[in-house]
Amino acid sequence: MPSYITSYLEKSVQVTPGEAGNIFWAMVYILCVFGGVSLVVVCMNWLERKILAHMQIRLGPMRVGPHGLLQPIADALKLILKEDIIPEGADVLVFWLAPLIILLAVFSVYCVIPFGPTHAITDMNIGLLFMLGVSSLGVLGIVMAGWASNSHYPLIGALRSSAQMVSYEVAMGLAVVSAVLMTSLNAQGTGTLSMIGIVQAQQAQHTWFLFKFFPLGVVAFVVFAIAMIAETNRAPFDLPEAESELTAGFHTEYSGLRWSLFMLGEYAAMIAVSSIAITLWLGGWMRPFPHLLTGPIWDLAFSLFPALTFFGLAALALYAVGRMWKVPYFRAQAIGLAGLAAVFGLIGFVLLLPPVRTGVQDVYWFVAKIAVFLYLFIWYRATFPRYRFDQLMRVGWKVLLPIGLIVLVLTAIAGVIFG
Amino acid sequence: MNDPTSGVTHLDIDAKESTFLDSSELILNMGPQHPATHGVLRVILKLDGEKVLGLECVIGYLHRGVEKIAENRTYAMFNPYVDRMDYVAAVSNGLGYCEAVEKLLNVEAPPRAKYIRVILTELNRIASHQLWLGTHALDIGAMTPLFYTFRDREEILKIFEKYCGARLTTHAFRIGGCLYETYDGFEQDVRNFLDFFTPKIDEYEELLTTNRIWVQRTRDVGVISGKDCIALGVTGPVLRASGVKWDLRKAQPYAAYKDFDFEIPVGTKGDTYDRYLVRMAEMRQSMRIIRQAVDGLPSGPIMAKVPKVLKPPVGEIYHSIEAPKGELGYFIVSDGSTQPYRVRVRPPSFVNLQALDLMCKGQLVADVVAVIGTLDIVLGEVDR
Repeated sequence: MPSYITSYLEKSVQVTPGEAGNIFWAMVYILCVFGGVSLVVVCMNWLERKILAHMQIRLGPMRVGPHGLLQPIADALKLILKEDIIPEGADVLVFWLAPLIILLAVFSVYCVIPFGPTHAITDMNIGLLFMLGVSSLGVLGIVMAGWASNSHYPLIGALRSSAQMVSYEVAMGLAVVSAVLMTSLNAQGTGTLSMIGIVQAQQAQHTWFLFKFFPLGVVAFVVFAIAMIAETNRAPFDLPEAESELTAGFHTEYSGLRWSLFMLGEYAAMIAVSSIAITLWLGGWMRPFPHLLTGPIWDLAFSLFPALTFFGLAALALYAVGRMWKVPYFRAQAIGLAGLAAVFGLIGFVLLLPPVRTGVQDVYWFVAKIAVFLYLFIWYRATFPRYRFDQLMRVGWKVLLPIGLIVLVLTAIAGVIFG
Repeated sequence: MNDPTSGVTHLDIDAKESTFLDSSELILNMGPQHPATHGVLRVILKLDGEKVLGLECVIGYLHRGVEKIAENRTYAMFNPYVDRMDYVAAVSNGLGYCEAVEKLLNVEAPPRAKYIRVILTELNRIASHQLWLGTHALDIGAMTPLFYTFRDREEILKIFEKYCGARLTTHAFRIGGCLYETYDGFEQDVRNFLDFFTPKIDEYEELLTTNRIWVQRTRDVGVISGKDCIALGVTGPVLRASGVKWDLRKAQPYAAYKDFDFEIPVGTKGDTYDRYLVRMAEMRQSMRIIRQAVDGLPSGPIMAKVPKVLKPPVGEIYHSIEAPKGELGYFIVSDGSTQPYRVRVRPPSFVNLQALDLMCKGQLVADVVAVIGTLDIVLGEVDR
């Protein structure tokens, strides 16, 4: 095998492919990440509808496949086959570009997200800055979509979106800076903006930044958590696409595949901002209690989690198979679900193998933390009414911004005193 | 800008008003196919950015000529048609019509029929308020209460279904009383519902009443004073939320309402939050009435002696009841034949809708949706 393939397989490798300049492996990582994110978005589509439905005492999709498992595929097929309408009087080029810009902005963020110490496409010394900058480009796509649609509802949605972004980026930035300040308190005494560096700083300081200088870390995290919901236009800050006011906001005039690109972008953005929060405050790829529960027994216990997760999924599927098998009408679906259970079980067994087990640890814990965040996104959507435009601005400028500033100053003071 | 307290002004779409930077206004057409206009209401908004400078309602997309139909039907034949006006409170519509014709015929329904009417009408008031709560919350962005209210409304509809076979457009009452005797276990069903529903109201209130976002979205939104309400003819919970204690069940007791002990909840400020609280309190009061009515349900006939062919004497009558949405009145002119010469309906939704312009002026786009929700209009009744 050529050296550019083998060189990266050695155990001694401690850098990301992008950093090492290994284009082959960088490409592999890009494919993995984009494929993975798309897969998660598809799963998320189903999960959101199911979880929302169960919170609202209904069943959600039940018809296409067992428990509606194939619903996202059916939806995707429908969206691809639908007529792609460009409204009369629309600025065709801008209309065409807008979803692509959103997608580009969102997926560029994944370049620097560290799923593990070496599992990132690349690591930049300005990773965090890059991430914030690129992710806020998404609003350009929304404004373009609103403008190009040549319609009033999208226009108002776009205006709302840009105002919202401006007011929440600031609070978000301040919260992020307070986390960056904490990175400079490690042994070397130098701060870093590199995403991997931030997690390594938490490793070095033996704490998640969430608990650092309690309660400063928590407050900064909460400010970021609120701002990130506004950033991704999710309930209760979903004003740009407020269904009951603006029908669908900036994507009112979009249909078919183009519309699905917006959805893909929205969900991918949710994952991206969750990743930032996890990297900055929740210890990135670190497993829970890496310094408290040490020793080989705890290491072994935690390393079994990925396999146990898949066994749990398999058990869940098998339970459903057991129930569905009693109804002759559902035989075929039950067989399909049993197949899925088998696949999950097989993956679980593979994850039990010692080399695989240790290899997927980082990625597993990172993804598990993302899953928690995504669940919270869905939960918020089921719980809260929508903010009004002026109230949203007030929360951004008069509540989050001062809190962010105070936390930043206090963190700096605490850093000098205790650091 | 027009002073909101100065009364109603007609929106002149072509008129230019000077605004900040002197940019021209945005005319936004909301509806008739809009998710939050409760059917087919069309609202033309004049906006300055997000701020509403004025609006105009365009109605008539659901016009079926109900009043004209009445002129070609006998009194009994027209009865089912009224159910289709306010289709979420069909029982109230039927009650108003039946009582109006009874007044015209100079007959009175027997006491048992009156009690059954009260029970079903109050159940229907709860059902109507539940639907209002669900859709109003959905308009403001809270998805989940809708499903809870629909789950609990189902129990009421089940009682209707068992009583008269229909769930929505019930045609429960006949001129002169009720056609159907209560089914076996009716009283138990109603009592079970009351026990079932008491904690459910608390559940709704838990979700919304103290919810910060909900309070922010509804407080000081769509304020209307009692004086303006009276000037515009606004009735029902909207009027009461503005501090005017006017409820036809107390003011001009009809059916058996004078037998029951209940309160009229009133608000103070007349904003959307007050209207929300008033309607929640009304549901509790309705439960009180139903409990008293079930406990004191008299025995006896359910139908008064009315001739097979209804030929009211020449004359006219206006009878109004307190429907869930406000004063529902029927003005019937009889020429002595089997068919009414003219039927005119005073629908609460139609009259209340007039206040929309006044309530929305100076508010934001999002508030328009909230105000439409809080007015609790049903387009079937607005357009008839």
